[in-house]
Amino acid sequence: MSGVVRSDYVRPVDFRHGYVDMTHGGGGRAMAQLIDELFVRAFDNEWLRQANDQAAFRIGAGRMVMATDSHVVSPLFFPGGDIGCLSVHGTINDVAMAGATPLYLAAGFILEEGFPLADLKRIVESMAAASREAGVPVVTGDTKVVERGKGDGVFITTTGVGVVPVGIEISGDRARPGDRILVSGTMGDHGVAIMSLRENLTFETTIRSDTAALHGLVAAMIATAPGIRCLRDPTRGGLATTLNELARQSGCGMVIAEQRIPVHGQVNAACEFLGLDPLYVANEGKLVAICPAADADRLLAAMRDHPLGGDAAIIGEVIDDPHHFVQMDTTFGGRRVIDWLTGEQLPRIC
Amino acid sequence: MKFIDEFRDGKLARDLASAIAREARPERSYNLMEFCGGHTHAISRYGLKDLLPANVNMVHGPGCPVCVLPIGRIDNAIALAARPGLILCTYADTMRVPASNGTTLLKAKAQGADIRMIYSCADAIRIAQENPGRDVVFFAIGFETTTPPTAVAITQAKALGLANFSVFCNHVLTPAAISNILESKEVRELGTVPLDGFIGPAHVSTVIGSQPYEYFAEEYQRPVVIAGFEPLDVMQAILMLVRQLNDGRAEVENEFTRAVTRDGNAKAKALVAEVFELRRTFEWRGLGEVPYSALKIKDQYSAFDAETKYGISYRSVPDNRACECGAILRGVKKPADCKVFGTVCTPDNPIGSCMVSSEGACAAHYTYGRFRDVAVVTASPVPAARAAS
Repeated sequence: MSGVVRSDYVRPVDFRHGYVDMTHGGGGRAMAQLIDELFVRAFDNEWLRQANDQAAFRIGAGRMVMATDSHVVSPLFFPGGDIGCLSVHGTINDVAMAGATPLYLAAGFILEEGFPLADLKRIVESMAAASREAGVPVVTGDTKVVERGKGDGVFITTTGVGVVPVGIEISGDRARPGDRILVSGTMGDHGVAIMSLRENLTFETTIRSDTAALHGLVAAMIATAPGIRCLRDPTRGGLATTLNELARQSGCGMVIAEQRIPVHGQVNAACEFLGLDPLYVANEGKLVAICPAADADRLLAAMRDHPLGGDAAIIGEVIDDPHHFVQMDTTFGGRRVIDWLTGEQLPRIC
Repeated sequence: MKFIDEFRDGKLARDLASAIAREARPERSYNLMEFCGGHTHAISRYGLKDLLPANVNMVHGPGCPVCVLPIGRIDNAIALAARPGLILCTYADTMRVPASNGTTLLKAKAQGADIRMIYSCADAIRIAQENPGRDVVFFAIGFETTTPPTAVAITQAKALGLANFSVFCNHVLTPAAISNILESKEVRELGTVPLDGFIGPAHVSTVIGSQPYEYFAEEYQRPVVIAGFEPLDVMQAILMLVRQLNDGRAEVENEFTRAVTRDGNAKAKALVAEVFELRRTFEWRGLGEVPYSALKIKDQYSAFDAETKYGISYRSVPDNRACECGAILRGVKKPADCKVFGTVCTPDNPIGSCMVSSEGACAAHYTYGRFRDVAVVTASPVPAARAAS
């Protein structure tokens, strides 16, 4: 031993060729290094720099909103986005659907041993970019590593908090007969973009996921029509599921018109040959709004003026119905039920 | 969407609806069976009932491939999937069909069986190539539409020498099922099921052609109109059937001329004849044993026949006693006539097979049409507003 204390040399994390190993979740140096070199650097903000196990912050007047969302999407990278930006948008949207201004996010990562660090870096940087663009910082987080075979690369859970301005009352149980139902744009883009990459389903499409943070659109909508009754983002289960949820919560029925529902031609085509219904396919950057009839045209105009609401449309009306059916007038002139999704949407055989 | 929207045009539908209403004679009724699940699905999904006069009744037929698969064959498939190391490939609809003891392929998968949902039997071949150390079985079901692709898979497997690939063949034949319905005592003797005409299969007919139906038209004096699966096809076919019945004709007419010829697809038929032969008898859910109604793999391809390879023995299992699937598949009862419909039997918890596939009469009625069974406060049409861009 020379007795000379050398200055610490820490070999940088190899983000080009390295892989996640168990030490990255072990609580030791490797984990601290991954947090410093990847997460803190990417999400950089005053709360993370404090290096506490929690973030402390002040909030303004109004009701506080909290939402959490786990993301397990496969594939991790898809046209229009990846699991990283999706995990930021998903939670921001859940907070925003209460009419709230989203303020802070927390992120939990479950990494699988052997996951390429290059992919992890790409995902984290995409999250950071999405959070910066939305103006909602990731202020605290957690990382765990599971053994190879016990995860699917990476799972991300994000939790968001926000504040609802005083005077805004938006909730899924407030729809009333006579109210109008609006959507902010084309239905089914995200689901079709994902399906186009799934194993044994490869088909070519230019459809991209619509993943986007909707709080800006919501703010513009509330500014125009503070009397909005319900907002919800039709993610898994699509528009059909969201309308059924709202009908049940509010104890009413609904009638929508098929020809008013905006669906991209390619999404229709993909659903047609996969035997799926676009009304049940997931969206990640769209919302459903229900408002009093008198506000509908004004609200629609405000939505169309926003970059994320250009294809917005009034698609139907809330009715009195003790059975809480969501019915649809088909383009064909008949009427049918738009029912809850049964299990997973399975393709038909012929 | 080109080639789709043309066949879903609302204005043309209204024109056809008024023609049907004008030509259907008020003093009689028109009871028309759509054989295929594809037609059942179109009728329900587009709400065609709302466009037809009250005396034109649609009777759902047995042409849903998943619905007619007997419980015993699903049990066989689940037993196959339970064999260590075996990969069972199946079309998606089959996953949820209830088998004995409340099991399904979906539940077997959750318990660890390696069951893969595929879109095409070519995927099963690929899986067999990628897993040379494991046995891969394709659970082949369906009418004449899905039979030629299975024949292709078997001949490919032979050419490739894919010893780990085999097919559990459950392919069934449409004409045999139509005969069975027309010969049933409800239709022939009791007259409890009035059947005045048939909407003939769409995709099946692209393979077998329109010629096989000529026998039914002639022998049983029932008109048949072969129709595509788009809603306008169905409306047009209904109008053609109404006209035939008004004229006292019983002919085979072809509405689906864009895809169906009299002789069908000669190449596909030859391939099927090369690989398959008739079974002496086969059990159908709802219809029971139907002679010469299904196909088995010929001896020269027996190396690819899962029944031979794994010594599968068939055991018939009766339907749940409360389930009316059998009567519904024969057109004797309607879904809402079944006591368990919409109560214990729902698409989430199907008791009978008709509640499983979206082509099944019960699932189609539950999913799209059950609001007609209850008094619902109907809304005025959706108020006019600026149309979506």
